[in-house]
Amino acid sequence: MSTRLANGGRLLNKGRALDFTFNGKRFKGVEGDTLASALLANDQMMVGRSFKYHRPRGIVASGGEEPNALVGLGEDAKFEPNQRVTTTELFDGLTCTSQNHWPSLEFDIGAVNSKLARFLPAGFYYKTFMFPRPFWKHIYEPFIRQSAGLGKAPRDRDQDSYEHFYAFFDVVVIGGGVAGLQAAKAAGQAGAKVLLMEQTPHWGGRAPVDGGTIDGQPVDNFVDQIVSDLETMENVTLRTRMMGSGVYDHGYVLGYERVSDHQPGAKSPRHRLWRIRAGQIVTATGAIERPISFAGNDVPGVMLASAVRDYAVNYGVSVGDRTVVVTNNDDAYRTAITLKKLGLDVPVIVDARAGGGGALAGEAAALGIRVENGKGIARVKGGKRVEGVEICTQAGEGAALELIKCDAVAMSGGWSPVVHLWSHCGGKLLWDDENAMFRPDGDKAPTGADGKRFVIPAGSADGYLDLATVLENADVAGKAAAEATGYVPGKAEAPVATPETAAPIEAVWMMPQGASIKLRMKAWLDYQNDVKVSDVQLAAREGYESVEHAKRYTTLGMATDQGKLSNINGLAILSDSLSQPIPQTGTTTFRPPYTPISLASIAGEARNETFQPLRKTPMHAWHEENGAYWEPVGAWRRPYCYQKPGETIEEALHREITQTRDSLGMLDASTLGKIIVKGPDAGKFMDMLYTNMMSTLKPGRCRYGLMCNENGFLMDDGVVARLDEDTFLCHTTTGGAENIHGHMEEWLQTEWWDWKVYTANVTEQYAQIGVVGLKSRKVLEKLTDDDIGGDALSFMGWKEITLTGGIPARVFRISFAGELSFELAVPASRGRELWDKLIEAGAEFNVTPYGTEAMHIMRAEKGFIMIGDETDGTVIPQDLGMQWAISKKKEDYLGKRAQERSHMTDPTRWKLVGLETLDGSTLPDGAYATADGTNANGQRNVQGRVTSTYHSPTLGRGIAMGLVLNGPDRMGDVLDFPKVDGTVIKAKIVEPIFYDKDGEKQNV
Amino acid sequence: MLILTCPCCGVTAEETEFHGGGEAHIKRFGPGSSDEDFHGYLFEKVNPKGVHFERWRHANGCGKWFHAARCTVTLEVFGTYSAQTTEPPQDIKDKISAKRPGWSWREFA
Amino acid sequence: MKRYSAFAVAREALRYHMGWDRAWASPEPKKKYDVIIVGAGGHGLATAYYLGKNFGITNVAVLEKGWLGGGNTGRNTTIIRSNYLQDSSAAIYEKARGLYETLSQDLNYNIMYSPRGVMMLAQTQHEVRGYERTAHANALQGVATEFISPNRVKELVPIINIDGPRYPVLGALWQPRGGTARHDAVAWGYARACSAMGMDIIQKCEVTGISREGSKVTGVTTNRGDIACDKLGIVVAGHSGHLADMAGFRLPIESVALQALVSEPIKPCMDVVVMANTVHGYMSQSDKGEMVIGGGADGYNNYTQRGSFHHVEETVRALVETFPMISRLKMLRQWGGIVDMTGDRSPILSKTPVEGVFINCGWGTGGFKSIPGSGWGFAELMAKGHSPLTAEFNLDRFKEGRFIDESVAAGVAH
Repeated sequence: MSTRLANGGRLLNKGRALDFTFNGKRFKGVEGDTLASALLANDQMMVGRSFKYHRPRGIVASGGEEPNALVGLGEDAKFEPNQRVTTTELFDGLTCTSQNHWPSLEFDIGAVNSKLARFLPAGFYYKTFMFPRPFWKHIYEPFIRQSAGLGKAPRDRDQDSYEHFYAFFDVVVIGGGVAGLQAAKAAGQAGAKVLLMEQTPHWGGRAPVDGGTIDGQPVDNFVDQIVSDLETMENVTLRTRMMGSGVYDHGYVLGYERVSDHQPGAKSPRHRLWRIRAGQIVTATGAIERPISFAGNDVPGVMLASAVRDYAVNYGVSVGDRTVVVTNNDDAYRTAITLKKLGLDVPVIVDARAGGGGALAGEAAALGIRVENGKGIARVKGGKRVEGVEICTQAGEGAALELIKCDAVAMSGGWSPVVHLWSHCGGKLLWDDENAMFRPDGDKAPTGADGKRFVIPAGSADGYLDLATVLENADVAGKAAAEATGYVPGKAEAPVATPETAAPIEAVWMMPQGASIKLRMKAWLDYQNDVKVSDVQLAAREGYESVEHAKRYTTLGMATDQGKLSNINGLAILSDSLSQPIPQTGTTTFRPPYTPISLASIAGEARNETFQPLRKTPMHAWHEENGAYWEPVGAWRRPYCYQKPGETIEEALHREITQTRDSLGMLDASTLGKIIVKGPDAGKFMDMLYTNMMSTLKPGRCRYGLMCNENGFLMDDGVVARLDEDTFLCHTTTGGAENIHGHMEEWLQTEWWDWKVYTANVTEQYAQIGVVGLKSRKVLEKLTDDDIGGDALSFMGWKEITLTGGIPARVFRISFAGELSFELAVPASRGRELWDKLIEAGAEFNVTPYGTEAMHIMRAEKGFIMIGDETDGTVIPQDLGMQWAISKKKEDYLGKRAQERSHMTDPTRWKLVGLETLDGSTLPDGAYATADGTNANGQRNVQGRVTSTYHSPTLGRGIAMGLVLNGPDRMGDVLDFPKVDGTVIKAKIVEPIFYDKDGEKQNV
Repeated sequence: MLILTCPCCGVTAEETEFHGGGEAHIKRFGPGSSDEDFHGYLFEKVNPKGVHFERWRHANGCGKWFHAARCTVTLEVFGTYSAQTTEPPQDIKDKISAKRPGWSWREFA
Repeated sequence: MKRYSAFAVAREALRYHMGWDRAWASPEPKKKYDVIIVGAGGHGLATAYYLGKNFGITNVAVLEKGWLGGGNTGRNTTIIRSNYLQDSSAAIYEKARGLYETLSQDLNYNIMYSPRGVMMLAQTQHEVRGYERTAHANALQGVATEFISPNRVKELVPIINIDGPRYPVLGALWQPRGGTARHDAVAWGYARACSAMGMDIIQKCEVTGISREGSKVTGVTTNRGDIACDKLGIVVAGHSGHLADMAGFRLPIESVALQALVSEPIKPCMDVVVMANTVHGYMSQSDKGEMVIGGGADGYNNYTQRGSFHHVEETVRALVETFPMISRLKMLRQWGGIVDMTGDRSPILSKTPVEGVFINCGWGTGGFKSIPGSGWGFAELMAKGHSPLTAEFNLDRFKEGRFIDESVAAGVAH
């Protein structure tokens, strides 16, 4: 059984016990435990079920590479599926449940898949489930989805908070093992601004577990010393519980800090995402031990040798009483030696190498441990827990030589440098045959904005596994990083570790070498996704030869561990099947994040009200207090209408329009874009921007203008006022202001840069209020002594006036509703004051603020077009009968050449007309007018469509505008508009103006 | 995640401050031009695997447009320069030639 | 070709699966083919398949510089829908969707077409009007869609938040027979079927030049020698500009990065595909349980198959807001592909200035869903010189100003 030892546990505070539950069972751990070590200390060897076959799964690793031990952590709003127990720090009151089984972990119906495994090889689903056809959606797929999926979906809204940090460093060192510490120190001593991050709560990595001495001291002492050195350096920032998640272009690094996962309830955010710009990145990310593929290597109790050692040394946990060690390299001997020294039984070390190990092997033998060289494991005995192993000759086919009873197996297939972060941004790898590993190719590093390398691997991440060379290499890396960012490295030399002499690793990808198909079908590569040696071999036989094909066909490496334990073994098996060297097979692509990061941390603080920045006009609060039903328009929110208590939206619209037309309405038009165009060449520039002639506009006058893009399509419209000889004020649509300003600047700066024109977007400098209706002049006259009579301020004129309280204003005599109306532009800071005054002064006229929808309806009643309704990015002014707004005199304007193209001058383009339903009903939005027959693709022919449609309260009937084939020539024709339910509404083509056809009302 | 230096205000900033504007050094064809020329101007943008001259706007900064010489394969930025020019400045061309021997752009090689 | 079936799997199981054939052969290139397709992605393979199936043209090679299905076919978010606004788009996407319905049976390869329904949320009044227009257009195009209410949205997707303070859901365009499929399987299934018809799929074969005699194509040069052909179809997505250069013409194409990501797998919690264009994100749940997430494209020319993280951030932010329960899920993997964008964001399936050279490109962010329809139409174009499905998508449209603009509905991402 696995249990807590009396001694050991360098990371524990045994004085503080912690309570936790697993599947409802109450367990005890101690401070410093991970959930993994605490579960093992309680003999909870089996912790989950695999994805496909629902095989029993136990903890196999001790870090972020863990593929098996995933639990549902917490409850309700704190519930998190697929949480790795190896990276979860134990806290008091932790609750967790195992995953992917029904009804229980111990007895799982899904385990029948395991019995059927032979019938469910890699990719079997591509060959089956095809008949009968409807069964896929209704039977097969729901079944597959339900049996896959691992953890349960959270249900409640997350109550925790998350935040983003921005940071800039010369050197970012990722990994706080001895290599990272030394690299950070070397860079820091040179004067560089350094960030050192470590994903676990502890400094030193695995070196303190592995032993040895540095500068004559135990590794733990070295780590304590160097950390305290670094803490005193002001230019060095240290962070634990922070993972280097991804390396992106131009030195962008994501750091994922798990601020309070280990202390839920703390007032701090749960996660913090660091968005870092680094001059240089040192990846001191260590290496990961590989499993070995032998039959039954997935039985709970089979673990990585290094993990067995970690649990013993760091957490004082013995995984088993009798642990068989199986290896192809010297490192695993450390585990045997460690266990033996703790008084545990190691019945045998099975070493696949015929020549056996080096110095460590000697040490093991000296401790009396039996060592079997040239041997392998034929199969592991046991189901939910290891019961023993059969050993065999590695060179053979798996005939059992001996059954050895044991309750744990510690395996080591060698080490793979963690090259993920090196590779994220294009760093290349080379295959090191001697050490049987892919390591960073120093000549093909990721390059940054300046074309120079910006990632430097260090220590075992660079392929150096021996402590002495790790430190040397890390020191060089740290100095190089500092130098590359403009600092002069110090003279201090790297610390010196006692070198060791190890016998070389022997690449062993399968055990035994000639394993039969029956064994290979039980030899796991990917534990979580249930991919076995036989599956990869099947993929190769069926022609899925590229490493990407094999991965995707078998799902190797696609589980939540992203193949940290399985990829190299898998591609070695694939290479072997294809009889090609491993580098020719290559690796799959390493993609961020290194281990999964919470979506919440990516979203950061953006949620609910703070989801996106909100732009508010000066009158926003008034709208809110007065029943505004909001409509998002760009980043603004505009009142769609104002609902009085008990009023429906339709009733509100009716009231707003009727009262505006009958008496007085008010519109907050502050969101309209306002762009100043100024300079000696402003007129010339305006003539290019607008289809109209703008240069002839007189100061004091306004003109409605159309703007096209160079492709000829209408992009914006609005009223232009000439402020003085040199200055125009362009009004744009609410959504268009920023784009139009950018568009103007692009032309000025990239094409007509010799023109003397300056533009400024002053949208937010002004509050703008439309005062609309019969009584609009009357109410304004109450607020100003200036003359705003019809002679002093005629239609399409503007002037500067002063309003009560000394509010300076520009008043524009323009109309979008077809009534007498004035638009007042005042400094934004005075906007609310003016709004309130107008409300007060207008009370006697029953002043009625109206929203965007009433505005739309009133303009439609007048037949005015709306950008985004009548236009959709494919419409040109000519389609809208707006030739009057296109100057014939100008040689050029943006879009003019485009409008000469054959399709633009095609007489069969649909043209704008008004539409009146025969029955007075309102046409549905976006309805099409059908024509006879169908086209070559069998689609119903059409001859027009509705662009705007409303119920007009003024007319008491539906009105619409639309684009229709030959429309203007077909007045009185009746068209069929089918609704989506198939019924047809008939509508007559009319002039696109429904109200006050002679335009008298705006001149009252 | 690119970093670019705006040559107008001198600020070196994150990509999020900028807005890409496509190919630079385009000759405009207006009324009177042939269909071929107009089509070429508007649509036949170069799409090189390698050195690309492109427009950017410092949209969330000084608001100015400028040009960048950038490699679309390595994302190396050879330099940024004023948009008020009809071709890349000589120092940028020299820099690219040094780093990408045999490189050519339009008539320049 | 051995037929795939549950029976075959059982039979082979007894032999420990030693008896399976290769899914596709790995031949050496011949000296000459009637037709060469460059690019063994979904579109290229589908083109070859329909050349054989519909027109009996089987002396065909499909050349692939990497591994088949290794481009955008294997990098997309697998959404299939045809609720397009413009007639020509709706025609080709609906053709594709219809072919997807029976593709597993046609190819004898389970591509797992899952018509689970695709929903496009309307979160502004403008989007409501845009989708109502699309629904009307679809009704006349023979595409089954409807505009549904917020309550119906909530019924179909219980995990959605329809009352977000910034962008409440006002309705949605719902295509019940849209859905997803297993992307790799589409390429593999077509490849297997092509191979069975005797076509040569040649991987690791990079085209380095296109030879012509006068204005007519005669073949290609490759890293595996010269190969002659009568007709050449270029179907290489992001690399189209490069190939067009070789043939001596230019394309209105720019290549940009498009990114996607998946969460860790969880048990089924969402049965439909949801797209939220106002906030720039879409999400579905794969059969493995991963939430498959995508968003908008990057804003500059890029061939790296990586993108900028802020796009991922924007997308995730949008989806956490729309589906609050995903907040505590974790991003497992993010990746990028290179998409080819045309001047009107619609594809090009066209003859070219070089006789015998045909181009199929510019699918932008909408390529996967169109694969069978694109292959069907492009094969017809190559075989007969004309196809109603592709007619509107010719290269000349830009010169004429005749755009097929889908963004008009509501700034719709694909």
